[in-house]
Amino acid sequence: MNGIQFAFDPNWLDTLSAPFMTNAFLAGLAISLAAGVMGYFTIARHSTFAAHALAHIGLPGATGAVLLGLPVSLGLGVFALGGALVIGALGKRASQREIATGTVLAFATGLGLFFARLSSSASQQMQSILFGSILTITTGQIIGFLVFDAVLLAVLAVIYRPLLFSSLDEQVAQAKGVPIGVMNIAFMAIMAGVITIAVPAVGTLLIFALVITPAAAANIIARSPFRAMVMATALCLTAIWGGLVLSAMFPAPPSFIIVALSTAFWAVSRGVAALRKRH
Amino acid sequence: MRQHHTQSQPDEPCVVFRDVAVRRGGHIIWRDGNFSIPMGSVTAIVGTNGTGKTTMMQAELGLLPLENGSIRVLGRPAGDANHLIGYVPQSYTSDIESNLTAEQSVLLGLTGTRFGIHRVSREEKAKACKALDFVGIADRAAYRLSELSGGQRQRVAIAQALVGDPQLLMLDEPLANLDLASQRSVVDVLAKLNRELGMTIQVVAHDLNMLLPVLTGAVYLLDGHPHYAALDEVLDSNLLTHLYGTSVRVVTTPQGDMFVTPGLRTDDETPQDTHDPIELAALHRHEGGSR
Repeated sequence: MNGIQFAFDPNWLDTLSAPFMTNAFLAGLAISLAAGVMGYFTIARHSTFAAHALAHIGLPGATGAVLLGLPVSLGLGVFALGGALVIGALGKRASQREIATGTVLAFATGLGLFFARLSSSASQQMQSILFGSILTITTGQIIGFLVFDAVLLAVLAVIYRPLLFSSLDEQVAQAKGVPIGVMNIAFMAIMAGVITIAVPAVGTLLIFALVITPAAAANIIARSPFRAMVMATALCLTAIWGGLVLSAMFPAPPSFIIVALSTAFWAVSRGVAALRKRH
Repeated sequence: MRQHHTQSQPDEPCVVFRDVAVRRGGHIIWRDGNFSIPMGSVTAIVGTNGTGKTTMMQAELGLLPLENGSIRVLGRPAGDANHLIGYVPQSYTSDIESNLTAEQSVLLGLTGTRFGIHRVSREEKAKACKALDFVGIADRAAYRLSELSGGQRQRVAIAQALVGDPQLLMLDEPLANLDLASQRSVVDVLAKLNRELGMTIQVVAHDLNMLLPVLTGAVYLLDGHPHYAALDEVLDSNLLTHLYGTSVRVVTTPQGDMFVTPGLRTDDETPQDTHDPIELAALHRHEGGSR
């Protein structure tokens, strides 16, 4: 009988220099940029739960795509975008409705399971969709991620201030002429894209820790929205790259270490902030 | 901040309601709004919960389609003069999860509607600084909103509304959840705005006491109609008692100050919220005697 093996792997440098690792590092960079920037807005708009739900709404799309022989990311993206557009059209308040969001989230997850059970290949992929498989990311996917990042930055450069203004208070922004309906839909649609590129890394279940948690930690430390976005990106990148390195050294899944690092960053920044308040 | 007495006709009122009715959630919540509010006035919007005070502000901003009638604000149809209006909604900055500083928040009042990449200019920064200075918290410009007290956050919100040089300032419950000293500091800011810049101000308020020194009139939402009256007409015990549905007294102190106080229940023998038809008829004075 095998005992639990948790031994240091002396050949970890060889593992790190494998081509799939290069892909994983590049994917980490692309994902961090998108998650770091959008995580800030998600928190400012009180829409973190809705963002989390998008990943789950994407799940039946992902398993359904496998069923039909289509790429997982395509199915995930289409479903997440569909969900995002519905939530966006309902308005910012709708994205704060926890019960409706939670109910849809549970139903979508169940539907994802149902689709997965309809075919053996979907069943096999279920685990990597739920928990991520950053080591299997292909070069094609990375190109897609980088194109998405470029589009994201271009769109944000245009809508940055109105999006921030409407995140503070929709009525004030609306009274001043910000098209809040467009802002809502743009935000949710971009969020669907971020979810679609982040799910391959940590999966639909752990996505919160990758997209929201680093931004929350950065929010505590940084003093302006822009600095918070830069810092969130850096924290997210450290979590992913750190997760890759540590998972090469020790036999633990990268997803777990990425999420653990991200959680640790958040806990430390909370602790530091609490100590500062006391003095 | 520039001094604005008015850009439109000098005699034109700031806000004009004509046969206005508004609907919310499938119900008409008030109708027959016929009144005008003069320029340079400080007006309270009063009424019990759910009578449509916030709705009235939203209608003036053109955020809510009217069921009937028309509203003109600053000489234009509601919604067309919003660039000349500073709006501070209820608990605007109370649950902000972002890490904006006071200065950044005020700057958004200038730059928040701007698409594309722009650097914040030196003039804009100077304006934000001046607005913060006006409300008395320039020394807190670099503080995050989450590090400020409720009263300070409220003043930041007012500064954000002021930074665009409005002619009309609209505040929804600016004194709610503030301690007395903070309420006082917010009222002082309003007084200064009205006195020094001639700004027209509207305040949704539950409690008139704090605002009495600055008020020139009030819109009261009573029995499903909004009415406007100058202050001496509003400060009538019978009207206020009727308006709030509980006994209210007006007391004139030797210094001439007036206070609106809830009467003690124990010595209150008048039945509450009486709808005596004759009294109601007297209260329903519509402008110009058209009704």
